[in-house]
Amino acid sequence: MDDNAASVRLAGCAKTFPDGTQALKPLDLDIAAGETIVFLGPSGCGKTTLLRIIAGLTAPDLGGRVYFGDDEVTARPIERRNVGMVFQSYALFPNMSVLDNVAYGLRVRGVAGAERRAQAQRLLEMMQLGAFGERRIDQLSGGQRQRVALARALAVKPRVLLLDEPLTALDAKLRESLRVEIDRLLRSLGITSVYVTHDQGEAMALGDRIAVMSHGRVEQIGTPQDIYYRPASAFVADFIGTMNRVTGTRENAVLRLPGGALTLPSHAPASEHALFRPEDVRIVEPARGALRGTVVSAFFLGNLTRVVVDLGGAQSVIVDTLLRRSFAKGEAVGLDVDASSILVPGALRNAAGERAD
Amino acid sequence: MMDRRSPRFYAQLAFTLVVCAFLVVPVVMSVLAGLSQNYFIGVKSGLTLRWIGVVLSSYSGSIGLSLQIALACLAATLVLGVPMAYVLARHPSRVTRLFEELLVLPVAVPGLATALALILLYGEWRGFRASWLFILVGHVVFTLPFMVRSVLAVMAAMDLVTLEEAAASLGAGFAKRFFGVIVPNARYGILAGALMVVTLSVGEFNITWMLHTPLTKTIPVGLADSYASLRLEIGSAYTIVFFVMIVPLLVAMQWFAREPTPARPRLHGR
Amino acid sequence: MTSPSIRLGVLALPALVVFVAFWLLPMARLVAVGAGGPRGVAAYAAIVTDANYLSSLVSTVVLSIVVTFATLVVSGIAGMFLQRNRFPGRGLLVSLLTFPLAFPGVVVGFMVIMLAGRQGLIGSVTDALFGSKLVFAYSIAGLFLGYLYFSIPRVILTVMAAVEKLDGALEEAARSLGANGWQVLRDVIIPGLRPALISAGAICFATSMGAFGTAFTLATNINVLPITIYTEFTNYANFSIAAALSIVLGIITWAALAFARTLAGSTVAAAA
Repeated sequence: MDDNAASVRLAGCAKTFPDGTQALKPLDLDIAAGETIVFLGPSGCGKTTLLRIIAGLTAPDLGGRVYFGDDEVTARPIERRNVGMVFQSYALFPNMSVLDNVAYGLRVRGVAGAERRAQAQRLLEMMQLGAFGERRIDQLSGGQRQRVALARALAVKPRVLLLDEPLTALDAKLRESLRVEIDRLLRSLGITSVYVTHDQGEAMALGDRIAVMSHGRVEQIGTPQDIYYRPASAFVADFIGTMNRVTGTRENAVLRLPGGALTLPSHAPASEHALFRPEDVRIVEPARGALRGTVVSAFFLGNLTRVVVDLGGAQSVIVDTLLRRSFAKGEAVGLDVDASSILVPGALRNAAGERAD
Repeated sequence: MMDRRSPRFYAQLAFTLVVCAFLVVPVVMSVLAGLSQNYFIGVKSGLTLRWIGVVLSSYSGSIGLSLQIALACLAATLVLGVPMAYVLARHPSRVTRLFEELLVLPVAVPGLATALALILLYGEWRGFRASWLFILVGHVVFTLPFMVRSVLAVMAAMDLVTLEEAAASLGAGFAKRFFGVIVPNARYGILAGALMVVTLSVGEFNITWMLHTPLTKTIPVGLADSYASLRLEIGSAYTIVFFVMIVPLLVAMQWFAREPTPARPRLHGR
Repeated sequence: MTSPSIRLGVLALPALVVFVAFWLLPMARLVAVGAGGPRGVAAYAAIVTDANYLSSLVSTVVLSIVVTFATLVVSGIAGMFLQRNRFPGRGLLVSLLTFPLAFPGVVVGFMVIMLAGRQGLIGSVTDALFGSKLVFAYSIAGLFLGYLYFSIPRVILTVMAAVEKLDGALEEAARSLGANGWQVLRDVIIPGLRPALISAGAICFATSMGAFGTAFTLATNINVLPITIYTEFTNYANFSIAAALSIVLGIITWAALAFARTLAGSTVAAAA
């Protein structure tokens, strides 16, 4: 682990803007040294505000405190927090060469010319940009720019690395490859990182932990597996991946639906709803499935086929299947779902924070 | 952004207020001078509209002439400038860029040079030289680039080709397309240009001073006269009359230019 | 149906005819008159060979450069401040600062007289404080004040528009790397405003070089080029020298604007 890496602690941090909107509700949060935490949520959920409070670009409302390690930094502006920040728009200085951009943080710290150029060059080489030092920024591709931005943020040996939607401006293919590169980098450097995104794929791939946010509140914080398999609220369940939600009549551990009956996990709370992921549904012979329905549409996506099945009673189920066959509209199919893959939403808070049902 | 006002904020505010005072104090002084009985005694000598009355009675001709020239200049720049802007926007090429460069020359070169040139070429044509039209042509060549640029800026921002093709596909001939689609869509550019042209024409002095004759005096010429030869109160009163004419134009112009939207009160708009 | 290129030609023609008839041909005549006097083509060199004209040129250029830098500093600070801060009365302040935008040079000259003339504010204040009147309106210092008055509103508007377009993330990036306020100003803000400052500065310079009304109002014996041209023309009927000097002046102002345009890499709006 990078011995420079600091843990981050927020205590009672909230943010209300002058126009009265509460962008962030009071929050306590601990980020371990060397950990990568991802703030994930739709736009307007408060994730960027949270990042800016950690960065020192936005002051929390009175009473909120920010600590780096044992150091309270609440009153310290960003230029004295020793953070590294990577922006969605790259924010590279157009009036400086690539090398000067990377060396800028060292320059304002008074590192001598030769030394800072050597350090900047090392970082560029680490980012496979060793030959690009003398280029102008506008001579670089989007992916190269973002790698320069990363090198620049890392050059100052930050205590915390902050990444604000760093891949959003890139096209899909580049996003994928740069994500792998960032992952490798964060792991090998062992630096404390805070990563903001609205892309759950990025969040799942990069985060040691993910904080899912909505309306200025952290809905759930946990490992990617926690978030995906054990969503703590209806919002998280709906926001992360695709979730089927069916409604029927409850008979002990069984939920009766128009197309059949689902066996629920034992000790499931009293609820007439059941949630399950498309990939947890198996397509079987019509006569053998727990549920029966007819195919409404099927989309071949290459690695899998997504089938929408009508159960009757205006309820439908999305199924992701690896079966190498085609599905005809109107075809009768049977569906099976293991009880262990089913969530019964009594265990979830709904989006407003109260217990559902 | 810092939530509390820093000392630097107050230092900059004070500086800006000083700059503002530098610009506004003489305006206020001249307004007071034009309204007082006697400037040397000050406002306590009593307020009066006497000097304004003197100006209106003895300089009404220059006021009328200025308005006449400004409106004629507006008409000319509309007729000449809007089609020109359309050509520049519709067909960007080396030739049209040259046109644009040329049209701007009368602004890049001091008005004094333009005026001398006009006098040296047309000065012998007595009838033309003595008429208000002589001043008008000076104003037209000087203000035309402002009209063209204002309209061009708007036209360049709209997709002229597609708009025209859409109108043509619906059966509109060129005249219908130009007056029915292009001109209405460029109206804000035209209006902004029009305000600019009128304001510049009303205030033009560098060219006009050389081109005017004792019978063709515009407001700025009259102002220069009154500053040079009449008592301070009358010069001030004349300045008030000029302000009264120019302020509505300025207000309209500022309203059209719409003040730049609030700068990043919050970054990245959360 | 007429061909599109003929139509474009027809639409451009009226403006071109007026331009050629009332600007290009007169200018050609001016060039010819400049070379047609007793000195011949050498009239064009008179601006450097004749000590009077040379001193007039030098003082005009120096004055214009000083005015340009002073305006950029003053308007840069005020424009940046007004664009970056929101406070009660800000809109009024912006309106007041841009109100003199439409003042012709003569009115600006009168404003300078109000401030620094014989009955001006500065005179009365210094009289009351030190017992002697400070009067400088009718000199090159008064002209400096007048050009400053004339240029500040325009440049403030340009600066405000340019500051609005600055990418705030760049400043945040510099700060995240540890840059303090001055370093952000030096390394991010001023480079970002550079094109706007260059073009505004060029306009300010060209306007100061060619302005006539302010000097005319203040005193007709101030030794600046437009006044020299005017006196040569009207007082001495020295048409060829007046023509040659005004051509040289026109080339200087045009070149300043053209140079700024290549430097700033964007269109330098025409001077008003």
